[in-house]
Amino acid sequence: MPPPRTREKALRHRLAELRGPEVEAKALDARALAALAANPGCRRRAILDGAGVDKAVLADALGSPSVFGQSQFAFVRGNAFEAKVKADGGTELLRLAHEKLDRGAEPPAGARVPDLTAQGPRGRTARTELALREAAEAPGAWTLLDHPMLALDVAGSPAFLEPDAVVVHPDGSWTVVEIKSFPMLDGAADPAKVGAAARQSAVYVLALEQVAARLDSAPRVRHRILLVCPKDFSNLPTASAVDVRRQRAVTARQLERLTRIEEIADALPEGTCFSPKLPAERLTEAVESVPATYAPECLSACELAFHCRDRARAQDVVTRLGRPVRAELGGLTTIGEVLAAARGEAGDPDDPAVAALRRAAALRAEALGTAAPEVAPCR
Amino acid sequence: MSLIATLARLEAVSTGRAQPAATVRHRHLSERPLVLVPLITAGEAGAPLGALVGTDRDAPRLLVVPQPRDRDLRFAFLAELADVVLPYVDGFADVVEAAERSETDPETGKRVKVEVELCADAPQLIVPSRAGVDLVRLLGRSMRFRRTAEQDPEAPFPAPPRVPLLGRWLTHFGERARVPGSSLLLAMTDVLARHWATGQSTLEDQHLGALLAWIDPPEGRSGAKAAQEAELARDADGQLVCPPAGPATDPAFDNKLLAPAIERYDRARGALAAAEDGLEADERLGALTAAEREIRALVESRTRPTWDAVWRGLDLLRKLPEGARVEERWTRDRWSFTGHRDRVLAGEPPQPRRDDAVTAANKLAVREREQARLEAQEALDDPLVMAARRLSGEAFAGEVVDVVMAYSESRRPSPRPLVTVRTDDRPHLGERVRAYRSLGGKPQTAEFVGYEEGPEDGLLVLRVMDRMGRGKEPEEGSVPEKGDRVCFTLFEHEPRGGAKLPDPEETPWTHGGPPGEEAVPEPADPVTEEDVL
Amino acid sequence: MTAPARQAVFDPGAAAARATDAILRDTLRGAARGVVVDSPPGAGKSTLVVRAALELAEAGRPLMVVAQTNAQVDDLVLRLAEKNPDLPVGRLHSSDTDPYDKALDSLENVRTSAKAADLAGLAVVISTAAKWAHVKGVEPWEHAIVDEAYQMRSDALLAVANLFERALFVGDPGQLDPFSIVGGEQWAGLSYDPSASAVTTLLAHNPELPQHRLPVSWRLPASAAPLVSDAFYPYTPFRSGTDHGDRGLAFSVPPDGSAPDRVIDEAAESGWGLLELPARHTPRTDPEAVRAVALVVRRLLDRGGAATSERSPDPTPLTADRIAVGTAHRDQAAAIRAALTELGVPDVTVDTANRLQGREYDVTVVLHPLSGRPDATAFHLETGRLCVLASRHRHACIVVCREGVTDLLDDYPSTEPVQLGTLVKFPDGWEANHAVLAHLAEHRVAWRPEVR
Repeated sequence: MPPPRTREKALRHRLAELRGPEVEAKALDARALAALAANPGCRRRAILDGAGVDKAVLADALGSPSVFGQSQFAFVRGNAFEAKVKADGGTELLRLAHEKLDRGAEPPAGARVPDLTAQGPRGRTARTELALREAAEAPGAWTLLDHPMLALDVAGSPAFLEPDAVVVHPDGSWTVVEIKSFPMLDGAADPAKVGAAARQSAVYVLALEQVAARLDSAPRVRHRILLVCPKDFSNLPTASAVDVRRQRAVTARQLERLTRIEEIADALPEGTCFSPKLPAERLTEAVESVPATYAPECLSACELAFHCRDRARAQDVVTRLGRPVRAELGGLTTIGEVLAAARGEAGDPDDPAVAALRRAAALRAEALGTAAPEVAPCR
Repeated sequence: MSLIATLARLEAVSTGRAQPAATVRHRHLSERPLVLVPLITAGEAGAPLGALVGTDRDAPRLLVVPQPRDRDLRFAFLAELADVVLPYVDGFADVVEAAERSETDPETGKRVKVEVELCADAPQLIVPSRAGVDLVRLLGRSMRFRRTAEQDPEAPFPAPPRVPLLGRWLTHFGERARVPGSSLLLAMTDVLARHWATGQSTLEDQHLGALLAWIDPPEGRSGAKAAQEAELARDADGQLVCPPAGPATDPAFDNKLLAPAIERYDRARGALAAAEDGLEADERLGALTAAEREIRALVESRTRPTWDAVWRGLDLLRKLPEGARVEERWTRDRWSFTGHRDRVLAGEPPQPRRDDAVTAANKLAVREREQARLEAQEALDDPLVMAARRLSGEAFAGEVVDVVMAYSESRRPSPRPLVTVRTDDRPHLGERVRAYRSLGGKPQTAEFVGYEEGPEDGLLVLRVMDRMGRGKEPEEGSVPEKGDRVCFTLFEHEPRGGAKLPDPEETPWTHGGPPGEEAVPEPADPVTEEDVL
Repeated sequence: MTAPARQAVFDPGAAAARATDAILRDTLRGAARGVVVDSPPGAGKSTLVVRAALELAEAGRPLMVVAQTNAQVDDLVLRLAEKNPDLPVGRLHSSDTDPYDKALDSLENVRTSAKAADLAGLAVVISTAAKWAHVKGVEPWEHAIVDEAYQMRSDALLAVANLFERALFVGDPGQLDPFSIVGGEQWAGLSYDPSASAVTTLLAHNPELPQHRLPVSWRLPASAAPLVSDAFYPYTPFRSGTDHGDRGLAFSVPPDGSAPDRVIDEAAESGWGLLELPARHTPRTDPEAVRAVALVVRRLLDRGGAATSERSPDPTPLTADRIAVGTAHRDQAAAIRAALTELGVPDVTVDTANRLQGREYDVTVVLHPLSGRPDATAFHLETGRLCVLASRHRHACIVVCREGVTDLLDDYPSTEPVQLGTLVKFPDGWEANHAVLAHLAEHRVAWRPEVR
């Protein structure tokens, strides 16, 4: 086996090839993280995200465009809200962090807000780490990192992450801050959206823990993150501490279990490339060379979902009607198989799944009066 | 998902059409429902953009907020909405019938019957989707604590009259919608999906256009194809041919059509404000009116297809005969409506932001009871629903093959006939498990005695326990006879009520104690420049 | 997985006694209105409840006991009568047919009635939460014990809490949570969310109440406690009361080389055994897995097992009543019962996790809730279910499962919604399932289909 450095370089090279010439790698954004959480076992998603392929562009090129456009109203408002939260050197944000997470500490005043600008994701990651190191060396004050950049190994390839903010507390500990534009109404918020924010933050926590482990003082990364949202019907910020220990544990295990990108890449035919500049047939061929695990949940998480849904339809698989549909079907996986078994045209009658299907079909026919009625309706 | 429901979905895929998931209609449909198709502005906490509302499918009222960030325009929208919704609701408040209700006598503490009014019918609100129900709740929450100038002359931004009242009603509709089987506020997608199984997932069924495409595909087209088109097809302009049922809009619509139109409106308004004389103002007012008309047309173009779809859904549902016990559940809705009418008339304050411990527990108990009732009643009303219960071993149907008279061992022996039923079903029966059948709409209880031979041969012996009259011999028709087809359920038909909870002022220490000496009225939301709703 | 390093001085008996003393001190002489006790599996909860009841009765404090099921109530009455046959105990019951165990009728000082007034003045009155909720207009009891408080819903506590002045709440936070058949999301995050557990509400309103934990499981062997503690109680660990080597399981009949015998020997040696069937998607009542479970039970009995433990110097024979089979669903239990009958094994308990809660056996055979499933629902991932199934044994637990569950878990990720303001319940079902499987993989025996 070649030494790790060489291997890493080789993989990076291979992934660049997959993206296509002169295509920049895309950072693992919130949507990619949501897709990872929603379908960790999907190899197609894994290799595309791992290689930094822009799946929205790819979906367009495949002729099954994604529907995740963003309304400019939402965009403008989201940005305005984030700017408001971070205005005046993050006064309001730090006030919320103090109030919700660290009341025992000195109230924040004149917090440090280091400049994190640098060239490229690697440069920004290094700059962020330097800022965190400096903060660790001079504890006792509040520091706000606005849009830091973190790197995390995902399935053997580095992924770049950009949390909205990270706060360093006077005791040296770190908190991930997530700013969302859905409202907190009377202290409650949409649980599905909070769940997504918690899973996203858990990834940032893991990435920060790796940075912390490299520092001498090994600062503590807090497992309660700060979720900042508009309050009630206004765009005034309010916040809530969200315990992400569960999401962190789950994500850590998911990351540990991911099939290595390298392995998936090695299974691809020579010359596979996902460049949107390729003609649609070649692109389709490339995408189809990696197996996908489609489920309807993908529709709200992955840009490629409509493409995969078409394929699932063509393959007649039952899971395209939802994961729970399979519950009682045993080893039957296609719609044709199930219906044939239910109609008594195929299947082993000793298989409990087949027997149950036939009973279900008979009861259904009886109730609908499409078979000789056995029993009068129960009125 | 029951295997019967799964099969229906698969059949839908293979036939290209939705398949029945019910043989009767399990929800009440009003003769004259009020349909509401709202749109909101992306990125805001439910700031309305416009709505189509009304009871006449051919003449909906179009309400539009040309600049959703403008408080005055928003208030005007809500006032207009109140002008449509409140007269509709009030129309049901005055027609009453006499009814009885048991109440606790405050002096004796005993349960006594009192004569009360019950509204003869109730209003019914229909929105396209579940997100519409959430919006009704949100609008209710945003309005009910508002203060009008009359209530509070000091209020910095007084709400138009009747807006707080609309908020209370919408809140009531939204809360009632959480009660299983209730029909005061319905989401069309939910009701359709209850009655038909499509060849797509339940997630995809949330799209009203796609759902209707499966249930009632255009002539000569497959449901699958029609559904996909409803979901994704765009015109030359990049706009969805079948706009989403809202309240959220399609980003392409926002960016390409709405945003420029709002910008033109803002410019026209700015120009009007800067007009230097009457003549210029007149001219610029014309431009403003034109800009507003343009936004109205845009909103109508996005809501009208959904409006028509909701009515089409109603047509389809009306073709199904109403389930026998639907009326009874609607009566509960009428009680709920009458109750809220009385609270409003009595001048009670708006519903609080959060329920107290006792109210929350009571609501949960009601919903659990109604869920059990709904499940039982749907099965009793609909052989297709009962089929799923039979498949899962919670019910069985069969033929009576033998009846042997027997009596209880007491001083005054009562009839306890033994009935042998032959069934192909495989109910989960254990010793002395109770089974119920519907006899004249009331449940009759039987006890499982045993299998005639073994569990495999399908001969069950049951002992009938009640509803046979007071005499020594059972009343005519109260005992099944040989050759009868019978259907027994292992679940009860009428859920039992739970124990009464303490009054809120007796909330125990484990739950924070009584809420406080005097009820403090909920404060209005502070009004700030930043408000969006 | 390695057992956490034991402190040389750790004396489980002393640690447990200290905990019990502190609990009784707070209960009998403390100032707080409530005392909460967390009890992991087999940590002596029933013993504690009986002891606390007897001491409260002795101190002359009128006591009511709230349990969750009729079986639990009857069991408590029997235990109390066994410890102190002279104690006047009331069993308040419902007016249904057969409302209580007939065995109670033979107890001289136990009075049964459907009316609380009939039982007034007795030292202890015991009933279910559901029945207590109907009791109105009585003088409150000075003290209450609420048993299985983590399985009790907040609204059930609301209905009975005015009946007592003070209470001891005892339960196992790791077992199956109470649930509601309708959504209660609108109250999530409220301190008194009616569908939350009674303890959650109690502590949200009374955070100052003394909270205790029974630190030692007397049931689980040293081989099982670390796994169960790490996987299901990650932030409130406990230990086994016995050490490696304190217990033993031996068989007089040598193995015949079959997979059931090999997995039995593995489990006898290490405390855990995984009998892994080839990967296949199956219906719930997977005939092959059902048969494998039945065969393992048959062999456990045929091989003349004997268990040695700290309880007695002589080995106890491993008889049918010391073995139980656990499943997730009722139809699975029924299928296994039928398979056992076919193999001529009539007397082994076969039940679902819900019904096995609170029970104890020497050896358990578990059909893994996810075995052969093509999908994984929240029901199957619920940590409480797996926790109950994996924590009923004193000696060994044998899990029968099809290969491929780890891949299934990857296809059914944990994407649960999060309600602001709610206490996070640990651990996550997805994660706990992985943790248990990772451990079981070390005790794996591959199933070889029988050659006919």
